[in-house]
Amino acid sequence: MGTGSVSAFLKKYTMVIALVVVFIFFSITTSGKILLPPNINNLISQNGYVFVLGTGMLLCILTGGNIDLSVGSVVCFTGGIGAIMMQRGLPWILAVIVMLAVGLLVGMFQGFWIAWVSVPPFIATLAGMYAFRGLSNVVMGGYSVGINDETFLRVFGGGADCYIPDFIGGRAASAASSVAAGAESVATATESAVTSAAAAVETTAQTAASSSLNLTCLVAGIVIIAVFVLMSIKGIVSRQKKGISSGNAAGEFIKVLIISALVLAITIKLAQYKGIPTVLIWIALILLIYGYVTSNTAIGRYFYAVGGNEKATRLSGVNTKLVYFIAYANMGLLAGFAGILAVARGGHAEPTYGMGYEMDAIASCFIGGASAYGGVGKITGVIIGASLMGVINQGMSIMGISANYQSAVKGAVLLIAVLVDVLSKKEKA
Amino acid sequence: MAKILLEMKNITKTFPGVKALDNVNLKVEEGEIHALVGENGAGKSTLMNVLSGIYPYGTYEGDIIYDGETCKFGTIKDSEGKGIVIIHQELALVPEMTIGENMYLGNERGKKFKIDWDTTYVEADKYLKMVGLSESSKVLIKEIGTGKQQLVEIAKALAKNARLLILDEPTSSLNEEDSRALLDLMLGFKKQGMTMIIITHKLNEVSYVADKITVVRDGSTIETIDNANHDIDEDRIIKGMVGREITNRFPKRENVKIGEINMEVSGWTVQHPLYPERNVVNDVSMYVRKGEVVGIYGLMGAGRTELAMSIFGQSYGNLLSGVLKINGQEVRLKKSPTDAINHKIAYVTEDRKGNGLILSQSIKVNTSLANLDSISKNLVIDKDREYQVAEEYREKLKTKTPSVEQLVGNLSGGNQQKVLLAKWMFAEPEVLILDEPTRGIDVGAKYEIYCIINDLAAAGKSVIMISSELPEVLAMSDRIYIMNASRIVGEMKASEATQENIMAAILKSGRGD
Repeated sequence: MGTGSVSAFLKKYTMVIALVVVFIFFSITTSGKILLPPNINNLISQNGYVFVLGTGMLLCILTGGNIDLSVGSVVCFTGGIGAIMMQRGLPWILAVIVMLAVGLLVGMFQGFWIAWVSVPPFIATLAGMYAFRGLSNVVMGGYSVGINDETFLRVFGGGADCYIPDFIGGRAASAASSVAAGAESVATATESAVTSAAAAVETTAQTAASSSLNLTCLVAGIVIIAVFVLMSIKGIVSRQKKGISSGNAAGEFIKVLIISALVLAITIKLAQYKGIPTVLIWIALILLIYGYVTSNTAIGRYFYAVGGNEKATRLSGVNTKLVYFIAYANMGLLAGFAGILAVARGGHAEPTYGMGYEMDAIASCFIGGASAYGGVGKITGVIIGASLMGVINQGMSIMGISANYQSAVKGAVLLIAVLVDVLSKKEKA
Repeated sequence: MAKILLEMKNITKTFPGVKALDNVNLKVEEGEIHALVGENGAGKSTLMNVLSGIYPYGTYEGDIIYDGETCKFGTIKDSEGKGIVIIHQELALVPEMTIGENMYLGNERGKKFKIDWDTTYVEADKYLKMVGLSESSKVLIKEIGTGKQQLVEIAKALAKNARLLILDEPTSSLNEEDSRALLDLMLGFKKQGMTMIIITHKLNEVSYVADKITVVRDGSTIETIDNANHDIDEDRIIKGMVGREITNRFPKRENVKIGEINMEVSGWTVQHPLYPERNVVNDVSMYVRKGEVVGIYGLMGAGRTELAMSIFGQSYGNLLSGVLKINGQEVRLKKSPTDAINHKIAYVTEDRKGNGLILSQSIKVNTSLANLDSISKNLVIDKDREYQVAEEYREKLKTKTPSVEQLVGNLSGGNQQKVLLAKWMFAEPEVLILDEPTRGIDVGAKYEIYCIINDLAAAGKSVIMISSELPEVLAMSDRIYIMNASRIVGEMKASEATQENIMAAILKSGRGD
């Protein structure tokens, strides 16, 4: 039982462990620089598009290992359209709506061929990849298009001020020291887990003496943790009431604890810098929505079912063609959204934007444990896969390793991740 | 006594956590046909994989003595070099290649960088003739039927100079006629001195071809029965397989209360989806009453599955003409299974792995798939409810599994079949069409499936059971339709039906191609 459960644990959390190991590795090799608040902040801001595109890509991959190669071009195409609209002085809200709509239409167009005409997704989207890259050039006339709309940039995370304003901290900077004192008294009162958290608060409070600590960010983080813990407890209690064995209660508890600690660590880092980057809100929103859809709704279930056995799903009364269509239409929508984030971050649109984004999205799904044959994969996997790639990029950049080697390492990581997946399946058979 | 060609001594093979074979002993005489029987998972295929080197020497304990010497096979090539050739249950042919190319795949004639195609095809033709095929070896595999493909597999084995031929379920995908031809071919080979081992579930075949029968149960050899006179009693074999006397293979129907006509089709004619000139179902009229079990008996390829699937929302072929009535009302179903499910019809496929279950998902997910709406609110699934439903059916159908979170792919065939039934029972149909509900599952699980069918009928559901096992149809049905060459060629009450008059109805109708 002992060894069995350990190997099962390792198998289940291989990539989480890998992420931790890689993170520790870079913490050492960069002598802690990767842990600095600005770097944590950049890790999120720079990789926003991977999370968003990876989420869409996961749905496509779930339907049977199908991928969408066109997303990089669609990101560029929608971004270009939006940038031009804003440059012509149209309101940014209109531009955002048009960008999302164009993305959705492109997705529906490709989804139509894939679902109802049975064009292989690889080919349909390869065609899209060429076509929309070319059309981006046409739209932008081959030049870069600048964006001056301040509100747009701020809302979607571009420029210097793309952070949630500090409602509380601005007034209470002087209160920081009292927070630290309070934290200390808490620390003596309770167990060690709290001690370390309080100690972390203390150190941040100390740094806040020199720079200012973003209290809004900190409060938001604590509220999120509280809600998360409450919901987890509620779930366990209700399942127990209905007499459903919830499996390993201790394991569940540890999982909640680790996730809470992680959220706390990130919020502290962000609070030490400039607070919550607006991109993070968007990423979190997308991940939450799709995490919920894939695990709790009927349509989410159908993505898995179609990828697991298309014929059986069709004979169960599911419109499988519609499922394919939705996967690709949704991918287009999210590509449009990633286009918004991309041009906002850059402050302008360029005909070369988004090159290779599709590959990053695909890779993060597979690293996160999605099956290349479909039917298996999770949003949490996408988070882990995207984070792992982000950490590797960031770590190597800080170490001063050239981009060429970075690409080579990413390739190796992808291969190893899929190897682990394949080998663990082989063992079972 | 003839010479012992093969002896497997004290073979033990362990997989992580499971002892698949435990001190197995097998003796095969030269020139005999030796049958290996046992329930699913008993270890028959594992034993053959040990013999052929798929599990190489060193991964198992025990000795293989072949032709007087101890063998240590590392790969399939080693065992084939000695003339031990295995033909697996799943056909291993490439559809887009010719018969000749397939026969010499991995065993090419000529030089490594220059295949001698002339020799290939000349030799291939020679072996094809030996198995009674008149096709040229230049025909593509996809152009010949399953029965002939199986013969190509045998020709392929002969081309490897087989001395000991192992056939794993060779007739599982063949119709009765092709099966018989294959068995006769085996008897012909025996006369020429070939030694064969056959693994099969079909006990009538065992008693027809085998000289000796070895029974395997739970990874051990139980006994070897002599069948020199080919007259062994099937119950005698079953007793060895399950370890106890099975007094009754079919449970008694209780509470038989047959009501109104629930579903009726008339003038039902369906075109083949690719060849519109062929009618796969021709002018079929039939009905089923509430609380009734109706058997449809026919050989494979008679059009039974096509009939069932075309009723189930035209999920096969194109409906040319025909009227479907449910509860006396004419219904025109749209071309989608959804519409059929909404009209309380369920079709439980014959191909549970291909068309029925999602092997990569849990029992829970499979159980709820066809009726997610009933446990969802505003498109959101109530997962706790889902768990309870799956749990309820697990208990009701006695599915053997540690938990409903178990992946369906890890279950045995019988338990998979139960999950498939659970899924369709949860869809709350009034009419259940069960297509070969007991195919490829062992005797114990079969009995339990029969009990479920009886319970469904007792609950007032209409059950249509399609089967090519005559004893099953005779024992389970209230009424029997006989199907042949796309038509219903006979209808009789179960009380009047016998093996003889059913076969007579089929023969009388001829094979009207």
